[in-house]
Amino acid sequence: MIWTVGAIAVWLVSWGVNHYIARHHPNAGWAKLLVPVLFGATLLVLWEGLVRGLNVSPVILPPPSMIAARFAQSTDLLWGDFIQTILKGALSGYVIGCGAAIVVAVLIDRSPFLQRGLLPVGNFVAALPIVGIAPILVMWFGFDWQSKAAVVVVMVFFPVLVNMVAGLAATDALQRDLMATYSASYGQALMKLRLPAAMPFLFNGLKIATTLALIGAIVAEFFGSPTRGMGFRISTAVGQLDLPLVWAEITVAALAGSGFFGGMALLEKAVTFWHPSQRAK
Amino acid sequence: MKSVAPILTVLAAIVVLWYGAAVWLNSQWIYDQAARAGTEVTATQVLTETMVQDRPVLPAPHQVAQGLWQGLTGQAITSKRSLVYHGWITLSATLAGFVLGTVAGILLSVGIVHSRAMDMSVMPWAIASQTIPIQAIAPMVIVVLASLGIKGLLPKAIIAAYLSFFPVLVGMVKGLRAPEGQQLDLLSTYNASRAATFWKLRLPSSMPYLFASLKVGIAAALVGAIVAELPAGASSGLGARLLSGSYYGQTIQIWSALLTAAALAASLVMVVGLIERATLKRMGMAR
Repeated sequence: MIWTVGAIAVWLVSWGVNHYIARHHPNAGWAKLLVPVLFGATLLVLWEGLVRGLNVSPVILPPPSMIAARFAQSTDLLWGDFIQTILKGALSGYVIGCGAAIVVAVLIDRSPFLQRGLLPVGNFVAALPIVGIAPILVMWFGFDWQSKAAVVVVMVFFPVLVNMVAGLAATDALQRDLMATYSASYGQALMKLRLPAAMPFLFNGLKIATTLALIGAIVAEFFGSPTRGMGFRISTAVGQLDLPLVWAEITVAALAGSGFFGGMALLEKAVTFWHPSQRAK
Repeated sequence: MKSVAPILTVLAAIVVLWYGAAVWLNSQWIYDQAARAGTEVTATQVLTETMVQDRPVLPAPHQVAQGLWQGLTGQAITSKRSLVYHGWITLSATLAGFVLGTVAGILLSVGIVHSRAMDMSVMPWAIASQTIPIQAIAPMVIVVLASLGIKGLLPKAIIAAYLSFFPVLVGMVKGLRAPEGQQLDLLSTYNASRAATFWKLRLPSSMPYLFASLKVGIAAALVGAIVAELPAGASSGLGARLLSGSYYGQTIQIWSALLTAAALAASLVMVVGLIERATLKRMGMAR
């Protein structure tokens, strides 16, 4: 009882504090950081308090403290899964898939015919439930990380391709005319004008692809995997009703996903510093 | 219509590549068989046999088309082997989840637009949560809900709802903020209440954003429903077809289930697109 009441009290107090900050300091830099952090912390307290106060079985929903304890206790296991799924499966697939998409985009850029044909098909494929090819690729490439990387390659290819082709078309006639007056060759115009101009679009695709890569690598493990990896661990730990371990894996996945996305966002900031969306602050 | 020829060319190229890959990938098995039997096979024999295997590594397009046709029309649509039956199971979970997720997303976005505190506290988390591979938790949700005695449609719908929720939320927050300062100023010179501003200005101007995110959301909901069918226990639905096909090496079954899912996704997005065009036209926003 004390847990429930305490959690709800914390929730009300922090809600009041957030309201106060939002009303009186809506544009302060520290407020933009403090308010979401306070909200997230309140959610955790509310979760902990309600689970303990209402005596929810840990088989259904373990409290955050239990998850944190399990996380600290099994860091070796989690690290091994992280290497198998994220570094070997997702990252190698991501690099291959995005690299292939960029190369194909530059190649078909010279042919309007191919563009008109490939873009609608690419847009169509980008909306399909591509995860479904996971069983086929697991059958072809075996249970280890190669098949996961293959799933990731297929999943990230089309979003990046579509964005890159749009990016290569993003220069306007004035800029291309300037290049023509300099008598720049195709390669020079590509390197100096069109590739830099395509970067904001490319990074848009690359950022979408980070999440897709993790999803592909984890879901592909549901179809068969060696005895390590995050997808494997999640599905077996669920079977053993070891929910704290499942939540610890989800924490790792969330951290990896945010870190991956944040890394791409930082890279974008460094590469496209000239773009209005990066300058306007 | 000038892009019809290029699209057809690309599709034809894909089919040709597919046949080539089928011959290449399936020939290994035939060579192995021949070596085991101690016989030689000619090139034409290989070519014909790669097209008609029972469990090919890569089924040829006509085999998949045949499997698809068989699955769609070969038996009564209530049969466990009918793709119409499995497709319907998945579709119903998708639609239920999509409606749930969309309603929740719209309600929360209304709250965020009208409450500064909610905006500052919820939005960063909503955006951050899009970088998390949510599908990974699908099996857990299924098993936990099953242990609570909730089975069937609802768990799948919850995952589908969760996946369609965030695109709708983010799109609607953008859309409800789309009116320009001038338009908002005009309404405040009319002394319009917040509710009136919402119904007469914010909601109508958010429609293009809403439909853009609905298209993303319904595709995501379908993926969610399929992934939710993967954990052991599900015996019907397209995801279960994929899983059982992969267990028993029935490649043709996998490919037909995959193509059914693709067709389902394409037609769902198309239906939303049609509703979008009709709505925007009636509201005088069509371009």
